Amino acid sequence: MNRSRIAPTVIVTLAALYFLVPLVATLEFSMRMVRGTYSLKAYQVVFADPRFQATFSFSVIAALCTIVIGALLVVPTAYWIRLKFPRLRGLVEFITLLPLVVPPIVLVFGYLRIYNSSSWLPFTATIAGTNVLLVFGYAVLSLPYMYRAVDTGMGAIDIRTLTEAAESLGASRRTILMRVILPNVRAAILSGAFLTFAIVIGEFVLASLLNRPAFGPYLQLVGANRAYEPAALAMIAFAITWACMGFLQLFGSGVPGRRLGSTILRFGKRGR
Amino acid sequence: MSTDAGLVASSPGVPVGTSTAARARAPLGGSTLAVLGVTPFFLFSLLFLIGPTLYLMLGAFQTPDGSLTLDNIAGLFTPSILSAYKISIEVSLASAALGAVFGFLIAYAIVQGGLPAWIRPTMTTFSGVASNFAGVPLAFAFIATVGRLGLVTVLLNELFGVNIYRYGFNLLSFWGLTITYLYFQIPLMVLILTPAIDGLKREWREAASMLGASRWQYWRMIALPVLAPSILGCFLLLFANAFGAIATAYALTGSSLNIVPILLYAQIRGDVLHNANLGYALALGMIIITGCSNALYIVLRARSERWLR
Repeated sequence: MNRSRIAPTVIVTLAALYFLVPLVATLEFSMRMVRGTYSLKAYQVVFADPRFQATFSFSVIAALCTIVIGALLVVPTAYWIRLKFPRLRGLVEFITLLPLVVPPIVLVFGYLRIYNSSSWLPFTATIAGTNVLLVFGYAVLSLPYMYRAVDTGMGAIDIRTLTEAAESLGASRRTILMRVILPNVRAAILSGAFLTFAIVIGEFVLASLLNRPAFGPYLQLVGANRAYEPAALAMIAFAITWACMGFLQLFGSGVPGRRLGSTILRFGKRGR
Repeated sequence: MSTDAGLVASSPGVPVGTSTAARARAPLGGSTLAVLGVTPFFLFSLLFLIGPTLYLMLGAFQTPDGSLTLDNIAGLFTPSILSAYKISIEVSLASAALGAVFGFLIAYAIVQGGLPAWIRPTMTTFSGVASNFAGVPLAFAFIATVGRLGLVTVLLNELFGVNIYRYGFNLLSFWGLTITYLYFQIPLMVLILTPAIDGLKREWREAASMLGASRWQYWRMIALPVLAPSILGCFLLLFANAFGAIATAYALTGSSLNIVPILLYAQIRGDVLHNANLGYALALGMIIITGCSNALYIVLRARSERWLR
C-alpha cells in the first residue's frame, strides 16, 4: 500500500508546486515596489488610482446588470420550457451552449457589424447604447452557466406540483414565479451569479472592442505600462475569483467541490 | 441553426409542446403567457447570439457589395493567415494534450491515490478557482514568475547559475503561452475527470484481479477504455477553450505572437488585412474549428455517460 502512494504523492506535490509558485512569485513581485524592502506600496498605488476605482466600479455594475438580465432571461424560460414546452428543451440547451462554440471575439465582431451607428439598431451610436450592448454580450457569455445552474435547480424541485398547488390556492402567475419558484431556485441563481461575476469582472475582449472603460482593458493598459502594479492587480483579481468561487460553494451546496464541478463541468472558460 | 423554426413554432400560440397528455397534466390556462414567457429568450438569442454569428458566417461568402464569392475563403490560404492558424492550433493542441495528461494524473491521484482525505476537496476547490483565473491577470502572474525578472527566473539564475532565457526559453513564445494556458487547462481537466474516475467501479478492478489481470492490464484493458471518451472529450473541450482565448495571449505577448484571435483583434481594430470580408472568413474559420471540437465533445460525452452512471 505504501509503495502505491509514492506516485500519487509526487504528482500532487508537483501539481501544488505548479499552482502555488506563480501565486507566491506574483505576491513577492507585487511587494517589491520599494527598493530593498517588502512593502504594500504597489497596492496603495493601485487603490489610489482613480482609473482603478472608476473601471472597477464600472465592471462591478456591468456584472450586476448582467446577472439581473441573465436571471430574467433564464428563469422564466427554464420554467416554461419544463412546464409547457418540454419538446423545445433540446433546442434551448443547444442555444445556451452556443456561446461556448462562438468565441467572444467573433461575437463582438458581429455586434460591431450589425449594431454600428449606421445600422437599423444603432446600439454603438451612443454611450448608453454601447453599455447596454456590452451587458447583453456579457449575458450571452454567461448564458451556459446561468442556464445550466438554474435548469439543474429546477430539476431538483417539482415545479409542476408546486405550480399546481399554488394555483389551487388561487395564486396568480406572477405570484407563482416570484414567490414560489424563485425562492426555490435562489441557490441555483446565486451559483450562476457568482460564476457570471467571475467571468465579467476582468473580461477584456468585449469591453476593449466596444471601447468601454471596464476593468479588463484597464488591467491590460497597466500591464503594458507599469512594472509592479500588474502583479498587485493580479493578486487582487485572484482574490476576487477566489471569493466568487467560495460564495458559489457556500450557497451552491453543502458538498465541497461537487456542485462547483458540475456547474463548471463541461464548460471551459472561454476567450478570456 | 434551427432556431428560426423554434421561434416560428412557439410564437403563434398554443399548439407546440402541449400534446393532449401534457395538456391534461399541465396547470390550466396560461398558454399565451407561457409563449410570452419564452419569447424574450428566443428573441434575445436571435439578436445577440445567432444573428451576429450568422451575419459573419454569411459575410465570409460575400464581396463587400454583397454578391457571392469564395475569394475570402481562398484568401485564408495565404502564408501569414495560415501561419496564424498553425500557431493557434499548435498552442491549443499542446496545452490541451498536456492539460489532459497532467489533469488525468492529478485526478487519479486525488481520487484513488490513498492520500489524506483533505487533499481532494482542497484540490477541487482550488481547481474551481484556477480554472476561472484566466485572462489578463494570469498573464501578469506568469510574467512575475518566469518573465525576465520573474521570481523563478531570478532564483534559478542566482542559486544554480541557470539562466533559462539563455537556454532559449521565452515567455513570449509558443512554450511560454502553453505553460501559461496550462494554469487553467489542468484544473478544468481535474474538475471534469474527477467524477469520471469516481465512476470506475471497485468491482471491475476486483473482477479483473480475480481473473489474474495485472495492474497494468487492468488499466490498459478496462479503466482506460472506459475513461477514454471522457478524456478525449475533455481534450477537445480544452482545445476549443485555448483556441478561442485571447486576453491572456494579448496581455502576455502584445501582438508579437501571431495567433488567430490576436490577428482577428487587430483586424477588427484597424482592418490590417485591408478587406473586411476576409475578417469574416477569419471568424468563420474560428467558429468551424471550435464548433467541430465541441460537437465531437458532445458525441464523446454521450458515449462516456453510458458507462459512468
